[in-house]
Amino acid sequence: MAQVVVVTSGKGGVGKTTSTAALGAALAQGGESVVVVDFDVGLRNLDLVMGAERRVVFDLINVVQGDAKLPQALIRDKRLENLALLPASQTRDKEALTPEGVERIIGELRDKFDWIICDSPAGIERGATMAMRHADAAVVVTNAEVSSVRDSDRIIGLLDSKTAKAENGQKMPKHLLLTRYDATRAARGEMLKTEDVLEILSIPLLGIIPESQEVLRASNLGSPVTLSNPASAPARAYAEAAKRLKGEQIQISIPAAQRTSFIGKLFGRRAVA
Amino acid sequence: MSLLMLFRRRDSAPVARERLQVLLAHERAMTGGTDLISVLQEEILAVIGKHVTLDRDKVQIKLDRGDPVSTLEIDVEVPSLLRAAAFGSG
Repeated sequence: MAQVVVVTSGKGGVGKTTSTAALGAALAQGGESVVVVDFDVGLRNLDLVMGAERRVVFDLINVVQGDAKLPQALIRDKRLENLALLPASQTRDKEALTPEGVERIIGELRDKFDWIICDSPAGIERGATMAMRHADAAVVVTNAEVSSVRDSDRIIGLLDSKTAKAENGQKMPKHLLLTRYDATRAARGEMLKTEDVLEILSIPLLGIIPESQEVLRASNLGSPVTLSNPASAPARAYAEAAKRLKGEQIQISIPAAQRTSFIGKLFGRRAVA
Repeated sequence: MSLLMLFRRRDSAPVARERLQVLLAHERAMTGGTDLISVLQEEILAVIGKHVTLDRDKVQIKLDRGDPVSTLEIDVEVPSLLRAAAFGSG
């Protein structure tokens, strides 16, 4: 049974696209067949983060409007043959996403892949509601920061009311992915702690991705961080999150303050050398 | 002095936590359909409006959403003519 997962947050810049790419790649690395779908029509970036920006011919809107067939628009990843990308359109606007068209495409993707990971645009407008519309589960990407937590709360409300699942009276499983987490600052009381965010949003935790230079490095290279440096702290955290998404029970390792900064220093030195 | 400032800085996360808890309690209630305070505000003004011609520019509304209590302060300027009439009849 194919699983449709929306990666959403409300607020921009918290790491939705990075997380979509990393979770998608991690699932594919684990042998699943995966497609990552960019719903950010007009401001596409998943192609860039995945390193496929020069290979985009057709996009989601072309398929929605029947100008291209789905297989023509899908881009196979060069590193992982069981990973594909469906890019968003850069020239059209979000209004071109019709509910019927999106439903049809999600249905076609369900026949081809085990996992369909939808990268939602920021905001609560059509692009975001279309991205979550047919999801079986949601990954809510949040930073330990007041505006991000507030927007996540809003998105959780939408997931529980505006999705096909919610309208059918079913419960939408939601998972919290805490990104750009700085354990040192949280320990000093400068940043909301994991427990604070969990208590406020009250949805289960999928993973904690530590703030790391490796994430920027990965996007510079056009590679999901789980592929560019699988041994790095964020890559390991994403790989574990992907396993939890599959239903595996793995203890969540809360990055220790002391250790993170040590690892951070280590990476810093390596980058200089 | 600098030590005190350092100490203060360290305490910002609990402030964030508390602000969020209060704010979200209200926002969740609102998306649930009814925002009691807004409903009260509208109904109170409607009742006053029945008896007095309300000039909306002369109505000041202060709202403080808090925990455990929210306060709604409505300051209505009533035309003095009416007040004289009220005194006369009373």
